[in-house]
Amino acid sequence: MAVKAVKEYVFAPMDTQEKLHGAQLTYIGWIDHLMFCAPFAFPFPPDMPFGAILEAVLPGSFGQHPDFAQIDWSQAEWTKGGRPFHPDPAKSLAENGMRHKDSLTFRIPGLTGIKGTSS
Amino acid sequence: MTMTNDATGTAKKKLGLKERYALMTRGLDWETTYQPMEDVFPYATYEGIKVHDWDKWEDPFRLTMDAYWKYQAEKEQKLYAIMDAFAQNNGHLGLTDARYINALKLFLTGVTPLEYMAHRGFAHVGRQLPGVGARVACQMQSLDELRHAQTQIHSMSNYNKLYDGFHSWRHMHDRVWYLSVPKSFFDDAITAGPFEYMIAIGFSFEYVLTNLLFVPFISGAAYNGDMGAMAFGFSAQSDESRHMTLGLEAIKFMLEQDPDNLPIVQHWIDKWFWRGYRVLTLVAMMLDYMLPKKVMSWKEAWEVYAEQNGGALFADLARYGIRPPLGWQQACDDKDHLSHQAWATFYQYQAAAPFHTWVPSEEDMAWQADKYPDTFDKYYRPRFEQWAQMEAEGNRFNNGTLPLLCQVCQIPMLFTEPGDPTRICYRESEYKGETYHTCSDGCKNIFDHEQEKYIQAWLPVHQIYQGNCFGPDADPTSPDFNPLLEVIKWYGYNVGVDNRPYEGSEDQTNFRAWKQQTTSNAPAAG
Repeated sequence: MAVKAVKEYVFAPMDTQEKLHGAQLTYIGWIDHLMFCAPFAFPFPPDMPFGAILEAVLPGSFGQHPDFAQIDWSQAEWTKGGRPFHPDPAKSLAENGMRHKDSLTFRIPGLTGIKGTSS
Repeated sequence: MTMTNDATGTAKKKLGLKERYALMTRGLDWETTYQPMEDVFPYATYEGIKVHDWDKWEDPFRLTMDAYWKYQAEKEQKLYAIMDAFAQNNGHLGLTDARYINALKLFLTGVTPLEYMAHRGFAHVGRQLPGVGARVACQMQSLDELRHAQTQIHSMSNYNKLYDGFHSWRHMHDRVWYLSVPKSFFDDAITAGPFEYMIAIGFSFEYVLTNLLFVPFISGAAYNGDMGAMAFGFSAQSDESRHMTLGLEAIKFMLEQDPDNLPIVQHWIDKWFWRGYRVLTLVAMMLDYMLPKKVMSWKEAWEVYAEQNGGALFADLARYGIRPPLGWQQACDDKDHLSHQAWATFYQYQAAAPFHTWVPSEEDMAWQADKYPDTFDKYYRPRFEQWAQMEAEGNRFNNGTLPLLCQVCQIPMLFTEPGDPTRICYRESEYKGETYHTCSDGCKNIFDHEQEKYIQAWLPVHQIYQGNCFGPDADPTSPDFNPLLEVIKWYGYNVGVDNRPYEGSEDQTNFRAWKQQTTSNAPAAG
């Protein structure tokens, strides 16, 4: 809906991709692992292969969890914007159809957090 | 008014308080003729609120300015006497524990700047509302809020001499990630029209939610031996009751003036209840985790001040067609989770917070389990025990990756789905080809109603990634550039001192040593 205002009220959004120097924001949450209080935000180059997220990024972010060492990425069930998503690790983020500010989650069957409490 | 003589030379008696008030709030106003009234009050109609007769405004309290100054001066005298005595007698050494002081750091950085913004907001509204009775009441509240900001600063400045993290609260308020939550809340209100501001701050915050902010902090101060903070709380109390009656009169006046005002006011209540409730996340965590000697649980506070008192209020307003705010039920359901989810967040982002955090002790966890029998052991204890174990192994859990923030409340997306505390609640909106993320139905509704306002949000995480949160001496091209360290420096922290765990902090060691000096002749250890 339009904002009620005394004159024309139009503004540029704060977080467009060009303001991030071409990087696209990607948000990633690990289902059943709420020891990490919220999904993470990352600025990624669009031509980066999806597999680099798994190999070079997520170990630094999720690695402190005791479940992390047991992850088999081939088993991961991904969602994007809440819908099932089947990324190809060899292809770039752009080729995988990922857009600026997309939100991803992954679940690894069998890994349910500390003492199975989704922590 | 002074004594005057009439033509016969007999002295007239002084005007009574009631007459003086009537003259001030009615007799002093006039219809402008050199300038059209709509130019003098340019914000009076654009929000769509229809007012037919400002004389129907029932003044919630009848105070003249001279009486106002007199009462406030008396309260100030008492307050500063107590604060001086507390400081001169090393009152801080009577605290239950130095962990308590972190609640004050949260208050000074997060709440005190809002008192100042409330001063500005009520000064603005006190100029822009066309009704003189409302203007005078807003002007007095504006002065109250300035006084509250000042007394809080004075009271807490005593701690700045002795403890870490108190030095740059105003600088931090405009920069630090979690302080964008209270800051954006008030910036949202103050950029709204005068009527929305009255519902946002005057009614929703001052009337519905204020007890949930002040009672926990001020009772927390009393329970933990902080006479200074307790005194500013009591000094503000009679002001707060005036503010509450002003908020209630404002909403009743709008609803009685025209039936078309109802849907506008209802939407504002929905919006501002949820905005205010989200800010209270910080209070919930303070109450359950930061007070060494606990007053009551967040759940108990919510049941008394929201469910009972708020429930009665909305039952009363039902005769105008008002229903309880959207999100009310969810807020009631979340009372079992809110504080635990919030403290877990600050614990893991300790390096980015200017106050100390800790894993709750066994004794504190037993208290939590008693207060939260349905949720603490089941969902939250395993997290804290894991972290205690990691600490014992010398591997404290520090989360070094920035979180996704809600576009509206600006809190990291830490809240779980209604009815499922094992799933993060995700909501998404599209606007002009961009995607926006919100933490709840409440925040999504607010976004979808005024997208053009919230696309301007200064979200700390996105600002960091855009490179806008480094100091002038930071060099991003240097090979050892550490972006997160540069952000913390830009926040104004004393790095490695303010933002470290409580265990081993200067606050902990100093407090222990100073306490020891009060009962022993041995030189202070540590």
